[in-house]
Amino acid sequence: MKTLTGAQIIVAALKEECVETIFGFPGGVVIDLFDEIGRSDIQTILVRHEQGAVHAADGYARAKSTVGVCLVTSGPGATNTVTGLASAYMDSIPVVCLTGQVPTGLIGNDAFQEVDIVGITRPCTKHNYLVKRTSDLARVLKEAFHVARSGRPGPVLVDLPKDVIQGSAKYEPLPECRMPSYNPTYEPNMRQLSQAVKLIKEAKRPVVFSGGGVILSGPVASTELIKFAKKLNAPVTSSLMGLGSFPGTDPLWLGMLGMHGTYRANMAIGDCDLLIGIGVRFDDRVTGKVDTFAPHAKIIHIDIDPTSISKNIPVTIPIVSDCRRALEKLNELLDKDKVKVTKKQRQSWLSQIEAWKSTTPLRYEQKKDGGIKPQYVVERLYALTEGKAIITTEVGQNQMWAAQYYHFDRPNSWITSGGLGCMGFGLPAAIGAQIACPDRLVVDVAGDGSIQMNIQELATAVQYKVPVKVVILNNRYLGMVRQWQELFYKKRYVMTDMSHAPNFSKLAEAYGAVGLKATKPEEVDAVLKEGLSNPGTVIMDFWVDREEGVYPMVPAGKSLTEMLLV
Amino acid sequence: MQKHTISLLVDNEPGVLARVAGLFSGRGFNIESLCVAETLDATVSRITLVTRGEDDAVAEQIKKQLNKLINVIKLYDLTGTGNVEREMALIKVNAVEDHRAEILRIVDIFRCKVVDVSPTHYTIEVTGTADKLGAILSLLKPMGIKEIARTGTIALRREKKM
Repeated sequence: MKTLTGAQIIVAALKEECVETIFGFPGGVVIDLFDEIGRSDIQTILVRHEQGAVHAADGYARAKSTVGVCLVTSGPGATNTVTGLASAYMDSIPVVCLTGQVPTGLIGNDAFQEVDIVGITRPCTKHNYLVKRTSDLARVLKEAFHVARSGRPGPVLVDLPKDVIQGSAKYEPLPECRMPSYNPTYEPNMRQLSQAVKLIKEAKRPVVFSGGGVILSGPVASTELIKFAKKLNAPVTSSLMGLGSFPGTDPLWLGMLGMHGTYRANMAIGDCDLLIGIGVRFDDRVTGKVDTFAPHAKIIHIDIDPTSISKNIPVTIPIVSDCRRALEKLNELLDKDKVKVTKKQRQSWLSQIEAWKSTTPLRYEQKKDGGIKPQYVVERLYALTEGKAIITTEVGQNQMWAAQYYHFDRPNSWITSGGLGCMGFGLPAAIGAQIACPDRLVVDVAGDGSIQMNIQELATAVQYKVPVKVVILNNRYLGMVRQWQELFYKKRYVMTDMSHAPNFSKLAEAYGAVGLKATKPEEVDAVLKEGLSNPGTVIMDFWVDREEGVYPMVPAGKSLTEMLLV
Repeated sequence: MQKHTISLLVDNEPGVLARVAGLFSGRGFNIESLCVAETLDATVSRITLVTRGEDDAVAEQIKKQLNKLINVIKLYDLTGTGNVEREMALIKVNAVEDHRAEILRIVDIFRCKVVDVSPTHYTIEVTGTADKLGAILSLLKPMGIKEIARTGTIALRREKKM
């Protein structure tokens, strides 16, 4: 057994976990650790703000289906990670965040750059640790990665006092960790499954509702989901987090459901007799008014987290399981019983859905001589990228238009801050995703408001030659709040006018990126083509119709079927 | 609101109680009482807490959320009759000449102990269910209770009778 310094043990443990990239920002108490990482072959990305480090690790984790890692210093470095951690926690993204801490002897003394980050992040991490002894480092890091990636994934924070990093201890790589108090359930209960099969066989108007859990469960889960839906000829809708788990171009695809879901998806929920929720948590943006959600339906709910089940919506058949395992077993059971529902057998339900789709599709009108419609920009982006880009978003109207008009055919291509709804997420997440997948095109669909929340990360992108493309749907408003003010506050646009904004294309140039701008519909394609084909970091600033809204919209507190359509 | 007595075996580590307490405050659940101490295994502590849920779904959610905490090793819901529950209180009661005998009679009836005596006060140690504590308190109240310290409920499941 070798004796190593704390810093060496940390680096060895990271290598054990196959960590290739760390997003970070240095500071006093972690210099030793940065020094050691600098000697290893781990790629380091210096962000410009610690929030960006966590979002980048989040985007990296989602694009690559792995654990994202970030490393920051104590005090302000640590507190700046809180928003990023909260976002990763809400969306169940595996991130390990290493924070420096003042030496153990100074903890509690209000030392320089001291903050109780373990206390602060307890409610917004899956778990966290303060390491008090160098000899605990190897075990704690092993556990941290295990907890982050297993079960319902989530962020784990490890707080590292300076003397623990500088101290030394014996080290040898640990085998798989054993945590007696932590045993996620992966395998579905067979009795519950067979009851589910019974309901599935009886259903006349089933709807499959997939969420982020299917994507977190791995690409095989998506394949099984497609098999499952096709076998039953059952239409599929997804939560915002679930986009890409089922192909957005498939005839059985209903589009997203919820507050800004499609008319047919929301109507189908109102009318279905069986709802099969897979890897979802029935968040309030999905359910609308809880009492009238899926009023005629029995509900089967598959999720790995028991606390998600019957939390918001009472369910008929709860199944605690990994989504992939449950879908595999369900498909096996259905095959064994030779269940196969043809299109013809499902005719009346499918034609009802088709009727909803044809009378009330997602719609907007792009006039030739009018302003640019934001939906048009997303549609052209979809067409010109052939639907193959990884799309990250900021939060607000830009996020909803991207969700509605970019159709995802495969998982891990849609990266958005769903649960926390964190403005400033998209650019750093795009950087993380691009570093994870250098061969793919990564586009951040942004608003003019939210892009300014982490615009400093442009410097990161340029420094490391990360060729992300930023599409700003610039309406010079905080558009989503403005839309609410228009609809529910008699157009009193209090604090939502963002007319005073930087010239984004010039700003891009100031950072060393490429800046492009379009103000007329006929310029959209040219700017997109030029921007997307440029090998560098690009900002494309589209001046869109200022008061365009996101529709359909279910007003807060209303039932899903009470949509505002224009 | 149904009362639930929940017994948790948890890792005996700093911060674990904060995780449990934070879960209750963060999710808007109530803690009525809470008792924590080490078990025979020094690495494990037992937390006994009493909570009230608006309905069964809330109680179920509380238990699931507690179980989800990484440091919770095992959770027992000790609600109902199949368990023994005890609480303890130290009651400092005014003991003027006229009341001294009466107080001692009450102490005797309730099988309590007088653990401190002064010319003006008795301090009484009482153990029992929350109901028993409530009963003795209501009897002593007229004499004037100066101070009181109460533990929360602790509980264990009864073993099967032969």
